[in-house]
Amino acid sequence: MSKTSAMRAAFAGLLFAIALPIGAATGGALQQSDVDISNKASLQRGAQVFFNYCASCHSAQYMRYSRLIPDLNLTEEQVQQNLNFLRDPLDATQPLKIGELIRPSMSKAQGERWFGKAPPDLTLTARYKHGGADWIYTFLKSYYLDPTRPSGWNNSLFLNTAMPNPLWEYQGTQLPIVKTHKDAAGTSHSEITGFKSAVGGTLSEADYDGMARDVATFMEYLAEPAALQREKYGVWVMLYLLLLCGVTYLLKNEYWKDVH
Amino acid sequence: MADERITANFPGVAGSLVNWVDQRLPVVDFWNKHIGRYYAPKNFNIFYFFGSLAMLVLVNQIVTGIWLAMHYKPSAAEAFASVEFIMRDVEWGYLIRLMHSTGASALFIVVYLHMFRALLYGSYQKPRELIWVLGMLIYLALMAEAFLGYVLPWGNMSLWGAQVIISLFGAVPVIGNELTEWIRGDFVVGDATINRFFSLHVVALPIAILGLVVIHLAALHEVGSNNPDGNDIKKFKDETGKPLDGIAFHPYYTVKDLWGASVFLLLFFFVIFFAPHFGGLFLEWDNFAIADAMVTPEHIKPVWYFTPYYAMLRAIPEKLLGVIVMGGAVMILFLVPWLDRSPVRSMRYRPTLSKVLLALFVISFVVLGYLGMQPGSTVQTWIARGFTFFYFAFFITMPFWTTMGRFKPVPERVTMHE
Amino acid sequence: MAAEGPNLGRRRFLTATTAVVGGIGGIMIAVPFIKMWLPSERAKAAGAPVEIDLSKLEPGQLLIQPWRGRPVYVFKRSEKMLATLESEESRLKDKDSKLAEQPAYIKGRGRALKQDIMVLLGVCTHLGCGPKLYADAQAEPFDSKWQGGFFCPCHNSRFDLAGRVYQGSPATSNLTIPPYSFIDGDKKLLIGIDPAAGAA
Repeated sequence: MSKTSAMRAAFAGLLFAIALPIGAATGGALQQSDVDISNKASLQRGAQVFFNYCASCHSAQYMRYSRLIPDLNLTEEQVQQNLNFLRDPLDATQPLKIGELIRPSMSKAQGERWFGKAPPDLTLTARYKHGGADWIYTFLKSYYLDPTRPSGWNNSLFLNTAMPNPLWEYQGTQLPIVKTHKDAAGTSHSEITGFKSAVGGTLSEADYDGMARDVATFMEYLAEPAALQREKYGVWVMLYLLLLCGVTYLLKNEYWKDVH
Repeated sequence: MADERITANFPGVAGSLVNWVDQRLPVVDFWNKHIGRYYAPKNFNIFYFFGSLAMLVLVNQIVTGIWLAMHYKPSAAEAFASVEFIMRDVEWGYLIRLMHSTGASALFIVVYLHMFRALLYGSYQKPRELIWVLGMLIYLALMAEAFLGYVLPWGNMSLWGAQVIISLFGAVPVIGNELTEWIRGDFVVGDATINRFFSLHVVALPIAILGLVVIHLAALHEVGSNNPDGNDIKKFKDETGKPLDGIAFHPYYTVKDLWGASVFLLLFFFVIFFAPHFGGLFLEWDNFAIADAMVTPEHIKPVWYFTPYYAMLRAIPEKLLGVIVMGGAVMILFLVPWLDRSPVRSMRYRPTLSKVLLALFVISFVVLGYLGMQPGSTVQTWIARGFTFFYFAFFITMPFWTTMGRFKPVPERVTMHE
Repeated sequence: MAAEGPNLGRRRFLTATTAVVGGIGGIMIAVPFIKMWLPSERAKAAGAPVEIDLSKLEPGQLLIQPWRGRPVYVFKRSEKMLATLESEESRLKDKDSKLAEQPAYIKGRGRALKQDIMVLLGVCTHLGCGPKLYADAQAEPFDSKWQGGFFCPCHNSRFDLAGRVYQGSPATSNLTIPPYSFIDGDKKLLIGIDPAAGAA
């Protein structure tokens, strides 16, 4: 092959070699969540846990309740009765209107008073946290008892978090397995290498795992609900563009027969 | 004085409409001069797609940008939420947003390849120096446009990236602090800043870019395109004055560019529909958190297309010198037509030394780009310093090495292969 | 190398095919841009149906409720008021509401699902001002033979108690009726939803 195409190939290879490590996931500390937002059952279960255990304190302020209807295959009734626990500010007998943005029961001021910091909004957590859904999944599995903390809980992924374990009844409580070692300078470092169960919860370890995965799946969806549709449309767009490439190629070749 | 211009004389109803316009505005002459009877070399290869692709992506940015501006709110209080609103609550909003964000990265990929073509085939050499200079001005305008646009979503990286870049202006002696305050419109990057950046991004710079592109094309058409062999097709013409190695832009290159655009769109929309974040390179993870002056991102870095220059900035330990080096790296590109003393345009016929140095230059740019994305370490800083040195040495010594080595004879007529 | 000239037939075919395929693509890409102008979810949420409690509404009383940014008039009509609807018809422009904007299920001179509850948009069909209710049948400065209805102070359009426009008014059509239905056993009005069907 000619010099320029050799150069081009090398250039492309270089780009690829650079892209590979950049694209790779960050952190070996995260466990694989394997979320699949096309799994409606998982989304529904995740939504149920989210609204029952997370949404009382955390907002999902960029998302509307009404979106859950088409995206999760639910009816308006199901959403209003099972996921929306807030009341319409103008009529306390009615649930918060379906078109409203998802907000918590707890106010920001209350959050600051009780936890020192208002609980952050959760809509985009699966995006801005490095590791995304894997981070959320690992987080939910990494709580352990820690009497030195005000809430009695700590989390090995998010050290000294003010948030207690919302799902402890399901997971049960666990204690950290701590390994200490001395480095070259003689300073000792300790790290948590695993957990051992203290008191079991209502779910088995495998079932709680599934619950954590469902919540991570739902939050992955929450961060970009359009992902459901764009991959679907994408297939059609690719097919169309392949056709267009084919047709324009034939057209180009036909005219370029003139050129030699 | 009678008007000597020969006007069109097409038959039919449509024809008479064209004739009417042509008598008042020379549209047919324009068509002939720039499209129908504009002769381009027949041996354009893959590198010659990127000019028309750059125009395609620019149109994409403008059209999707106009549509986004219908829902985007340029205030510190509402910007972030308005972007999420577009992604969720506006019909097809997500697609238009992703076309715009992917388009920004696509534009730089295309422009970098377009610039590389010029380095490869000496397209900046006489008489095309002005085309190169205009192109460099477009590059500067695009970098400014991209920086301004990145601030608009008002994510945390938008805020902190803006803080860092604007603070570079603080390095200017004497007026530095006043200058940064003037740019920000406030004591910190905030509402005043995002609002004016919106105006510059949506109105001022697009107008400037469009104007520069028009002049860039006019300058090109005045002298005609270069080609991969670097020889002059106007040297050999037939009886009618048409270059022997030239072909009319229409239909040959309109049809070829149509195909090139289709292939590009295939890749472009593949990314949009299946990998719009591109591993955090096109849509950075840190920017999905709202701007928060109290929370510094773990690792502030610009988007990938700026990282080569960012690596240079960080490699230099002194602030003002770092700014000068970073700015110098961009500005030195303006001088290439005068630094290059090669008697031969195209790399095809230049000595091996030139080819090796160009390849090393590309490697430096890519490695610096990679380093600019990393948090940085002592080793990395030394590597960055080495490559920064090479980058400048490549240009500063160009007048010398471009004449060194054995040049191959440049063919009189173009060669077609591949 | 082709000995004969270019195959014009093939060129025309391929050009046409490309034009058609490209045209399809053009339409495909135009759709999102056009649809993006449609009301967003926020607009639709804000334009959601509104409920009105009728239990305390007295005959002759007017209730005004905003819906989709415009005032909805809910007016309770007495038997006496309903009787005037037929007698005034010779003075009306469109007594049968042939040109009026109203849902298909609104019929008859009363222009209402239940004759005692009149629902209409309080937006004058001339240039958009808010007509005022003059419920009593008595001589008024704008009409000596007034039998009750709505009078628009901007340019003097007059409408009867079913919102039908009088001759001599600058307005050309009867007042618009929005989609509505009754819920909770006729105790509440739901503006924006048709009876026993989907949303407006």
